[in-house]
Amino acid sequence: MSEDNNSGYLDMDLLRFTTAGSVDDGKSTLIGRLLYDSKAIFEDQMEAMELSSKARGDEHVNLALLTDGLRAEREQGITIDVAYRYFATPKRKFIIADTPGHIQYTRNMVTGASTANLAIVLIDARKGVIEQTCRHSFIANLLRIQHVVVCVNKMDLVDWDEGVFNKIVADFKSFASRLDNIVDVTFIPASALIGDNIVDKSENMPWYQGPTLLYHLETVYIGADENHVEARFPVQWVIRPHSDQYHDFRGFAGRVAGGVFKPGDEVTVLPSGFTSKIKAIESMDGPQQEVFAPMSATITLEDEIDMSRGDMLVKANNRPEPTQDIDAMICWFSSDKKLAGSGKYILRHTTKEVKAIVTEVRYKMNINTLHKVEDDLIFNLNDIGRIKIRTSAPLIADSYKSNRITGSFVLIDELTNATVAAGMII
Amino acid sequence: MYQDYTITHLKQLESEAIYILRETAAQFEKPVLLFSGGKDSIVMAHLAKKAFWPAKLPFQLLHVDTGHNFPETMEFRDKYVAELGAELIVGSVQKSIDEGKVVEEKGARASRNGLQTVALLEALEVGQYDAALGGGRRDEEKARAKERFFSHRDAFGQWDPKNQRPELWNIFNGRKQHGEHFRVFPLSNWTEMDIWQYIKAEEIELPHLYFSHERDCFVRDGVIMGVCDFIELLPGEKVEKMIVRFRTIGDATCTGACLSTADNLDDIIDEVAAARQTERGTRADDKRSETAMEDRKKQGYF
Ligand SMILES: Nc1nc2c(ncn2[C@@H]2O[C@H](COP(=O)(O)OP(=O)(O)OP(=O)(O)O)[C@@H](O)[C@H]2O)c(=O)[nH]1
Ligand SMILES: [Mg+2]
Repeated sequence: MSEDNNSGYLDMDLLRFTTAGSVDDGKSTLIGRLLYDSKAIFEDQMEAMELSSKARGDEHVNLALLTDGLRAEREQGITIDVAYRYFATPKRKFIIADTPGHIQYTRNMVTGASTANLAIVLIDARKGVIEQTCRHSFIANLLRIQHVVVCVNKMDLVDWDEGVFNKIVADFKSFASRLDNIVDVTFIPASALIGDNIVDKSENMPWYQGPTLLYHLETVYIGADENHVEARFPVQWVIRPHSDQYHDFRGFAGRVAGGVFKPGDEVTVLPSGFTSKIKAIESMDGPQQEVFAPMSATITLEDEIDMSRGDMLVKANNRPEPTQDIDAMICWFSSDKKLAGSGKYILRHTTKEVKAIVTEVRYKMNINTLHKVEDDLIFNLNDIGRIKIRTSAPLIADSYKSNRITGSFVLIDELTNATVAAGMII
Repeated sequence: MYQDYTITHLKQLESEAIYILRETAAQFEKPVLLFSGGKDSIVMAHLAKKAFWPAKLPFQLLHVDTGHNFPETMEFRDKYVAELGAELIVGSVQKSIDEGKVVEEKGARASRNGLQTVALLEALEVGQYDAALGGGRRDEEKARAKERFFSHRDAFGQWDPKNQRPELWNIFNGRKQHGEHFRVFPLSNWTEMDIWQYIKAEEIELPHLYFSHERDCFVRDGVIMGVCDFIELLPGEKVEKMIVRFRTIGDATCTGACLSTADNLDDIIDEVAAARQTERGTRADDKRSETAMEDRKKQGYF
């Protein structure tokens, strides 16, 4: 492992970010520009983009074609589903989720945002802060994306005017002041089309002294996303080799959702409440001294106790209370079915699946005003609001605020099997 | 390094893939791991070994054989599977042709790559598999960049890219109607570089085709092709000895080689870092049209 080509690469940290903003604000173009200017586009990809751009009669090479890979997207010039792109600079490795701005595809935006640490919110300089800007910023806040970069794009179309930029900054700040999970916002005036302030500093906007987008992405401090205090280990699968060598082996396989587990730890199985001690943390490469989120692991216990998929291993001194009543914020994803009180669904939470019934719809959010709507309680496509749910079996849950993994769930339609809502436990 | 509770991105990718493999085993009745003997499927099989150790893999391996293979790949495949102690099922494109289920393309540029879809869907049906684990990566191709980890297929094996299920956090919804199935991609977030770094870190053995060697080759449409029994030469194409290696190994009729002296992992990693072409840049099957991959995937391709 001493070779040059390894040491740097293996130590790099990872930043996952997503794009957000209204349709045609330039999100895909910006990702294309970011990759192009940091020389992360391959020659054959470039040739293919040049050819398609020419065939479409575009004036410039259309950099959005790098992520808009589906036929329907290329025909309509919009993004429909999330595209994932990967690139690395000497400083960091990045996973990019380029998401659609069109309101109809909000659920795909939520998909991309659910695993991100940072969101780039694009705003068209000509249009300023509009409903979709608010909706996406609200969703980013709801999903607890703590870092936001507001890129005021298409500055070339407003004569690189500082006044326009400042007005948008002020408008966004006044809206975002009520989004309290967003702890850090950076504003950058840019032109994704021409390349100003994406990788290279703009010569057209000498009045802007801040970082370029790439510089910011490479250097912004992102603390660990995981909760390393409260130990949570949802059991995925029980490993029973049935071989002579490992005759009595019973390993509980899963991925640590929070905290740290070590051999010798006193643990409790929930919901049953049985207790035992960790005998070993096994792996093909030998026993491990400790595991923490987001590591996958196989744990063996000192005692023969009953535990299977859907159960959770926690520390004896820090156990969440199993509950059948859930209070949550949800985003509704279905266009042909609406959510209302007493609706029945399948609820999937960590490795557990239960039946669920909506016992109360408390309110919906008005995205623009951030006010609660209490007189219309039917959820249509893309509505966001707060509900109460009763489940058929107890869940071992935390609040989404303290743990993104044990605090989240999805609702599934029993008939179509479609995922109809994302939920964040309060 | 453990005190600050961070892990390298390669460890993150490994943990994620193992999590997906275990979810697949738990959520489906009869999953199968698609194994071609190429580097991605070898890495996937290695991860599966780790995911269920010390037990054996809880699923079979399936190779959809176009019949147009480099002999080295087949030798490697059989040896690897034997060591793994897994059961290998072979779905044969030749059989589909013989049974008249598909018609083979004619001419010098004929490829069986497209026919693989039929053989794959048939093998899935015959084996009654309800999930197929594939080694596809999102960085390979622009339609793949859109794929979910758990990718739903209707009763005809088709992908509907305009109507994919939302996939949030690490919650995967593998519920389906009778007759439908899923494609699952544990390596979705890996890049070509990650694969090579992982192969090196884990000392995973690979077929020799990936390393530099001398081979009889010819050039077609700017792509270097290895001479084999299944490709007819066109007038003007001449065979030369070249020092090459393969970046991907697929059907021999549509997988190009690249000139390279990289005969060890470190050199390959340097080469990947400096590459100006994507690895699928040498795949003739992707060059047939702008959305060739999407079109094949909609039909049921990997
Ligand atoms: N003048 C100018 N045009 C831009 C700029 N950035 C993007 N565009 C153009 O705006 C249009 C939309 O760009 P896209 O990148 O597809 O927008 P998007 O935000 O990804 O759109 P959706 O994904 O469909 O929401 C294209 O015609 C781009 O060329 C810019 O900085 N200046
Ligand atoms: Mg777009």
